[in-house]
Amino acid sequence: MHDHDDHHHHDNHFSDMQARVKALETVLTQKGLIDPAAIDAIVETYETKVGPRNGARVVAKAWSEPDFADWLSRDATAAIASLGYGGRQGEHMRAVFNTAATHNLVVCTLCSCYPWAVLGLPPVWYKAPPYRSRAVIDPRSVLEEFGLTLPQTKKIRVWDSTAELRYIVIPERPEGTEGLDQEALADLVTRDSMIGTGLAKPVGAGR
Amino acid sequence: MNGAQDLGGQHGLGPVAPEKDEPYFHAEWEKRALGLTLSCGAFGAWTLDESRHARESLPPATYLAASYYEIWIRALETLLTRHRFVSSAELAEGRMLEKGAQPKRILTGDMVAGVLAKGGPCDRPVAEAPVFAVGQRVRTRNFHPETHTRLPRYARAKTGVVEAVQGSFVFPDDNAHGKGENPQWVYTVVFDAGEVWGEGADPSLTVSIDAWESYLERA
Repeated sequence: MHDHDDHHHHDNHFSDMQARVKALETVLTQKGLIDPAAIDAIVETYETKVGPRNGARVVAKAWSEPDFADWLSRDATAAIASLGYGGRQGEHMRAVFNTAATHNLVVCTLCSCYPWAVLGLPPVWYKAPPYRSRAVIDPRSVLEEFGLTLPQTKKIRVWDSTAELRYIVIPERPEGTEGLDQEALADLVTRDSMIGTGLAKPVGAGR
Repeated sequence: MNGAQDLGGQHGLGPVAPEKDEPYFHAEWEKRALGLTLSCGAFGAWTLDESRHARESLPPATYLAASYYEIWIRALETLLTRHRFVSSAELAEGRMLEKGAQPKRILTGDMVAGVLAKGGPCDRPVAEAPVFAVGQRVRTRNFHPETHTRLPRYARAKTGVVEAVQGSFVFPDDNAHGKGENPQWVYTVVFDAGEVWGEGADPSLTVSIDAWESYLERA
C-alpha cells in the first residue's frame, strides 16, 4: 500500500477486492447467514468506541497511581477491566513497562495479534511483512523508521505475541509532567508508544 | 507449518513505512471484510486456530502480496466452503445457488456489543502442575510440522530462560485441526539475540516468545 509508483495497479487491485467482498457479502446475505446491521455495528465499534484512547487512559492511570501500576504489572487483564476495557483481543492482557534501562517492543511475527481492547484495530504496517520480519532481528532499524533512535546503552526487549497473551507497553512518563492530571497525561500517550515504536510525547508537543 | 506467515528474521521485505495519521480503513471493502470475518466467526463452526491456519495456508506469493484484510477474506472463503456454508460456484457467481449448512448462531446487530465485550477467552484449566519453573533454562524443540504451530522457525532449537508461567491455554497445534483443545501450560521464554541470530546479533537485544509446554525441553 506504500508503493507510490504503483498506484494504478493498487487501484485495480482494490476494485477487485471490492467486487470479491461484495460477492461474498451478497451470497451470505441471500442465505440469511449474516445481518448487515451486525457488520455496521462492528465497524462503528472500532471506528468510534474501541481505540488507543483506551490504552492511553490505562497508561495515564499507571503513571499517576502506583497501586494501579502495581496491579497492572501483576494482573493486567483485571486492572484494565476495572476501567471498562476488555473482551475481544483483550482477554489475556500483559503490561510491560519501559524503564531507563530497557525499551519494550511488541510484534506478532506469525500473524497480526494485537491488543484490540486497548489499542483498537492494528495499523496496516503492524500486520505487514516488513515490520513482522524485521522487529525481531533488527528492531533498531525499525525504530529509526519511526524517528526513534535509542542509545546503544538502552536494552531492547522484543515480545513476539505467539500465544493468546496480548501486550501493551507502558511508556516512560515524560519529564516535567508532575502537575498534569490523568486526562492531560493521556494526551501524551500515542498508540505507537504503547506498541513500542514510539515514546510518549513531551509536554507541549502538538497532537 | 513453514509457510509465508512465519516471517521473523526474513530479509528483503522492504521498509515498514508507517503512515502518518493512518485511517482505520483504506477502502469500504475493508470495513465489510472486518464485519464479515467477525460475523462468520460467530457461527461457531471453526476455531480461531483453524482460521489462522487457513490464512497461513494461502500460497506464499499470494500471502506476501496481500493486505491483511485480503488475507482474511481469502481465508474466510476457504473456511466457508470447507464447512459447506457456501460453494465455490456461489462465490464465483456472487449469488445464492443452493441451501448450504446452517450455523449454530447468526450474529445480529443487537448481539454485537455483547459478543465483542465477551471476547473468546482461551485459558483452560489443566490437572498437572507446570513442568518448568521461572528462571529455568529450556530448549525449544526442532520440528517442522506441515500442520499449524505457533513456534516460529527462528525460535526452534534455541536455548532460553523461562521468565513467566502464564497460565494454561488451548493448544493451537491440535485445536486448528479439530483434535480438541488439549490445553497446556504456556511460558514466556526469553532468548539472547546471540542465541537466536548468531554472529553480528545486537548484544543489547533479547527476544521472547510465548511457548506451549510441549514446545520445550530441559536445557
